[in-house]
Amino acid sequence: MSDRVRGVACKFATLLAMVLVCGCATKASVVLLPEADGKPTAISVRHGNSEVVLDQPYASADVKTIGVRRAQSSADDVQQRFGAALAAQPARPQTFVLYFVEGKEEFTEESKQLVATVLTEVARRPVPDVLVVGHTDAVGSDQFNDALGLRRAEFVRTALIDAGVPASDVQAISRGKRALAIQTPDGRAEPRNRRVEIIVR
Amino acid sequence: MTDPLGWFRYALLVTALGTTGTPAYAADVGRIKVARGPVTVERAGATLPGAVGLRLQASDTIRTGDDASVGITMDDDSLLSAGPNTVLVLDRYAFDPTTNQGRLDAALNKGTLSVISGRIAKQSRDAMTVRTPTAILGVRGTTFAVVVNE
Repeated sequence: MSDRVRGVACKFATLLAMVLVCGCATKASVVLLPEADGKPTAISVRHGNSEVVLDQPYASADVKTIGVRRAQSSADDVQQRFGAALAAQPARPQTFVLYFVEGKEEFTEESKQLVATVLTEVARRPVPDVLVVGHTDAVGSDQFNDALGLRRAEFVRTALIDAGVPASDVQAISRGKRALAIQTPDGRAEPRNRRVEIIVR
Repeated sequence: MTDPLGWFRYALLVTALGTTGTPAYAADVGRIKVARGPVTVERAGATLPGAVGLRLQASDTIRTGDDASVGITMDDDSLLSAGPNTVLVLDRYAFDPTTNQGRLDAALNKGTLSVISGRIAKQSRDAMTVRTPTAILGVRGTTFAVVVNE
């Protein structure tokens, strides 16, 4: 074999090796983690025309130059690769639901006691944010219920501020009749839908 | 979709954020809840210390140093947390808490990220994405982790 041929062959081999290395190197990896409530979830991982959908806990996808490839992870592997990120996860937002005495801006007896639990949860968090979400039943228009839900939420917001939560950390909004706790036909009165959610995060 | 007004509001919100590429107003979109080691936030050319309590805005870039990590709670209850040597960009964020409609696009340029998606991803499919330099992740109401290798 002449030097020239050998040189070309060598270059070709080097190029082939580079393609193989580049093609197989993992640029990014994604792992689907188990859901706290066990509900089914999914994530799609796309690179160009190549797509992998992960829908089982610890199913994994490796993104390579040649496309996305399925892989399998485990609790130990996740801890090893993502331990620091997972340890920095903020506390999960916690939701409390308060009910009103019908026709009044006054909590039911159980709900009065729950306010104390809410305040404890707020105090437990280093930089708490509180979102107060007013809900109504399905009587009346969206516009009417948006306003009514907001009045309920503002009432609760004021109660929390009076109890010592800084005003800048509490926001009041309304979802009106969009998120009924008990599904009813439109126009139906339902006390369990007249409620305020407090989300502490 | 039973709530045309909601879509209209969302469209307004997205238009407000989308027309110039930067937010039309400086709305808070989330807050740093956990910070360990050196964490910085780049916003409009300035570098801020990424301390616990800092409120974040769309377009912010969050960086962590060696042995550092950061945990963020977004307005829609999404939880994003990053490990050391990470660059995370909050590319686009819009959320209407009345309708739960919104959009969250983040980019992980390097490092590690774990995510518990919130109300945006729950309300509508494909409303939340995470990009890496080589891939795009479509989030469908999910807890997951992603690493970008250098």
